[in-house]
Amino acid sequence: MTRRRPDLLLGLAASLALAAGACLAVAAGAAAQPGSGIVRPSTEPATPSASLGAQLFAGNCASCHGIAGTGVSSPRPGAGFPGEGPPLRHVGALAADFYLRAGYMPLSSIHDQPGPDRVLLSNKEIVSLTAYIAALGSGPGVPHPRPAAGSLSAGMQLFSEHCAGCHQMLARGGFVTGAVVPPLQDVAPTQIAEAVRIGPYEMPSFSTGQISNAQLNSIITYVLSTRHPVNRGGWGIGNIGPIPEGLVTWWIAAPLLILACLAVGRRMRRS
Amino acid sequence: MSPDPLADPVRFIDERTSSAPLMRKGLRYLFPDHWSFLLGEVALYAFVVLILTGIYLALFFDPSTAKTVYHGAYTPLDGQTMSDAYKSVVDISFSYKAGLLIRQTHHWAADVFVASIVMHLMRVFFTGAFRKPRELTWIVGLILLFTALLEGYLGYSLVDDLLSGMGLAIGYGVGLSIPVIGGPLMLGIFGAPFPGNSHFESRLYIAHVFLIPGLLATLIAVHLVLIMARHHTQFRESRRHTERRIVGVPMFPGQAPRSLALMFFVAALLVVMGALIQINPIWQWGPYQPWLGTNGAQPDWYLGWLIGALRLMPGFDVTVGHYTLIPNPFWGGILFPMVVLGVLLTFPFLERRFTRDSAVHNLADRPRDAPFRTAFGVAFLSWIFLVFAFGAADRAFVLLDLSYNVQLFAFRIAIWVVPAILFVVTRRWCRALQAAESVQARREAAEHAVDQRRRLPASGD
Amino acid sequence: MKIRQWLLALILRRLLGRGRETPPAPAPQPERIVAAGSPDRRAENLVVALLGVAVLFGLGFIVTYAEFSPADMPNALLGICLGGCLLSIGVALTVVAKRLVVTEELEDDYPETHPGQQDEIAEIVRQSGSRITRKRLLLTAGAAAGTTLGLAGLTPALSLGPFWDTGPLDSTPWRRGTRLVDESGGPLTADAIQRQTFYTAFPEGADPELIGSPLVVIRLDPDKLHLPSGRAGWAPGGILAFSKICTHAGCAIALYRNPKFPPVEPKPALVCPCHYSTFDPYTGGTVTYGPAGRPLPQLPLTVDAAGHLRAAGNFSGRVGPSWWNVRERPT
Repeated sequence: MTRRRPDLLLGLAASLALAAGACLAVAAGAAAQPGSGIVRPSTEPATPSASLGAQLFAGNCASCHGIAGTGVSSPRPGAGFPGEGPPLRHVGALAADFYLRAGYMPLSSIHDQPGPDRVLLSNKEIVSLTAYIAALGSGPGVPHPRPAAGSLSAGMQLFSEHCAGCHQMLARGGFVTGAVVPPLQDVAPTQIAEAVRIGPYEMPSFSTGQISNAQLNSIITYVLSTRHPVNRGGWGIGNIGPIPEGLVTWWIAAPLLILACLAVGRRMRRS
Repeated sequence: MSPDPLADPVRFIDERTSSAPLMRKGLRYLFPDHWSFLLGEVALYAFVVLILTGIYLALFFDPSTAKTVYHGAYTPLDGQTMSDAYKSVVDISFSYKAGLLIRQTHHWAADVFVASIVMHLMRVFFTGAFRKPRELTWIVGLILLFTALLEGYLGYSLVDDLLSGMGLAIGYGVGLSIPVIGGPLMLGIFGAPFPGNSHFESRLYIAHVFLIPGLLATLIAVHLVLIMARHHTQFRESRRHTERRIVGVPMFPGQAPRSLALMFFVAALLVVMGALIQINPIWQWGPYQPWLGTNGAQPDWYLGWLIGALRLMPGFDVTVGHYTLIPNPFWGGILFPMVVLGVLLTFPFLERRFTRDSAVHNLADRPRDAPFRTAFGVAFLSWIFLVFAFGAADRAFVLLDLSYNVQLFAFRIAIWVVPAILFVVTRRWCRALQAAESVQARREAAEHAVDQRRRLPASGD
Repeated sequence: MKIRQWLLALILRRLLGRGRETPPAPAPQPERIVAAGSPDRRAENLVVALLGVAVLFGLGFIVTYAEFSPADMPNALLGICLGGCLLSIGVALTVVAKRLVVTEELEDDYPETHPGQQDEIAEIVRQSGSRITRKRLLLTAGAAAGTTLGLAGLTPALSLGPFWDTGPLDSTPWRRGTRLVDESGGPLTADAIQRQTFYTAFPEGADPELIGSPLVVIRLDPDKLHLPSGRAGWAPGGILAFSKICTHAGCAIALYRNPKFPPVEPKPALVCPCHYSTFDPYTGGTVTYGPAGRPLPQLPLTVDAAGHLRAAGNFSGRVGPSWWNVRERPT
């Protein structure tokens, strides 16, 4: 070995480290950890109650959504309101149930995209908060979809027309400029129904005039089927199309083919 | 004279063709048997598998975009309106006993065919095996590669599932973007504006199953004849390996069973992949309509560099006044691959020009022997690879939470900076390896001299 | 019965007897061409065993194929049988190559070039033409004939499509007064178009698959629209219709970005899922992100007496991917 090789390796290592560092910085920036501090009353009642809902709302929601859900349309730092949020007067139990059960709320920063996350509240707390928010105004109640009544084929067609552009045909999630679109495999039927009606964040909201409750049942039937798609051809490699197929080609097939060449051919001889 | 089962048929043939000298020579044709020389053979055998599985599929495929309502074995599609083409592929996957296995094997073979051509190309490039007298082999091989890309794209486009149709739409858009002739050319091929008239599917079909495979087979034949005319290159593994003398294993009996074994290995791998790993589950994508789209649509891997280029390109058309001259897809979809092809096609001649080396080269370089070429190759490959990698940026966003915007920005810089860094690093590395070798050689020579002086027996050979 | 026993005995002797045959005494042979090597009985056994495994796998494939119905066919089993058969043969051949046939390493000359014959070839051609006095004229005439024949041969290809008549690229099925219908053919009424969502619409009575057919229809706050000049009245009640085909590469604009709380969320946009070109509906479909080089064509709308949406003319620009000369020519 010569003396020149180490600093070469060093150069290579340095450039690799630089690239890895850049990637890490990007990843860290994108995946800023949300704070998990939920403000709870010191003594929680054993059963859901309106007063628990009111206390939780005051402690965890009012800073953005305003006292009694009037909304905060511009930041008011002087008043101690750090954020902005839409009014919740007439969103009803439907929206409250969705945002809390799917883990979209509470949000650590108003600049984050709310998305499926860890659910920070207990079932009792969610029921209390939902009841409190429902009582703020006249809004829709929690829906009760019946996926068993839906048609898989109709659901697939409806999903293709209304949903696949963002959510990907097998509901594996996707990208729309400015937002990430969540995959739907872990979403419960009720939350799917709620999301279709609300259109959380950048999603369009579909009324019963556009997607009837019967059609919604079919869509949910289809979405549930994507948890276990018909992978008749074997290992489904993620059901997201050609990217994993390319990875299999280069990381499984290509090494095996090189092994085959090595088995048949001969290594370099040192002369 | 007693009948001789070997000599008699040979005599029969020679008496009628006078080909005994040719056969005699063919049997003892020499192959350098270094493993890396077999990558091209892998591609050849993937092509054989493609032909065999393709013939089977052609017996069941229905090249028509006429609409039909599906009532078949796959219930989620029940009652959906689809083209005959798409229905026949769903039927191949569900209603014929070995249909899915053959279809998946065919598709994996296509992915592996191109991958093995690329590996073969890298071996040829980095060993300088494209140099005189093998420039024609190199050129034919490159045309083969790009024809294979087209062939794969046509196969992907035939099926008329959602991904297939989106891919075809993009191909149409890219074709339209060719200055002056784009519009007329696409109208000629499609017969009408996208999605084309009723003849278009059968045009795609005849191109995929006859015209392009015929062209591929012809190019492969020419490629092989050119190789046979000039033999393989060989590494300088001993003093026997020189520019004028080839050392190798004869076709028969040494190489034939090796090559056949490789053929069976390739076929076995492709069939087992077709058995165990699902590829392009078209029944899951649903039928295509021009107004439908799915997020994260991708081409097969070998066209990933083009979708990456299309997405990486800043959004502008070249316009004069109110007239568009060059629409945006031209940059990523046409110009970029043409630049890549152009650089690769002209490289042997440019290298000859700049190194002023017009000698015949039968000895292959090791990558370190030609630092500039190796460094250029690494940089060039990394350039293409980074563009390719950006094609998956949307999935990276979904799976790894890497912001698409940040990726776009980073890649637009990285595709120029990383190749430059790799060029410098690789060249220095090659030179360091060379220097290390010459030091080693001098040390060995010195030790040998010392041994001689001490009258110790020299070790080994 | 007797014949069967006799056959069995013959087969057994063939199978077992062969191996025990002592090789005949080496007769004085001519000089060998292929190098000699020592026999390897174990390798022979291995090859026979591997080929036997291949037979089993092959039979497995046939049995699997025969046993299962198309609906229950186990793709993995079927493929592993065939792949196993191929793999066993491949391994057997490798053993043959490495242990049963001799691996010779021979030398040969790389092929030579033939300068003498090169000159002769040129000379033959040159001398063959020595009687011809006006070579250039004849060559020109020949080239003309050949080229014309080639062109004549290619001419029928013009029937493939309209080629230079690029009119079809510019035409759409939309006319003033064409009703907007949904996928099932029902007319779209203005009242049914809600904010916060998107609709796909088609021209009544036309082929929905034509690239000029599909529309994406949305409703926005009419007070916030900043449509280009000349588009006054194109969006009755804030209802906007755009071509659903991206001007970049022809994919469907299947994504509608629609913020729930506009102060902190990205504003409404129409997005293409192929290369993520993003269009701003407020400004009449201008490009705000991505590779598209041209706005999304907008279709002027009116509401008829029955409340149905109708086209009030044709698109603001060419529908579909851009091409040479596409921009802003009069329709």
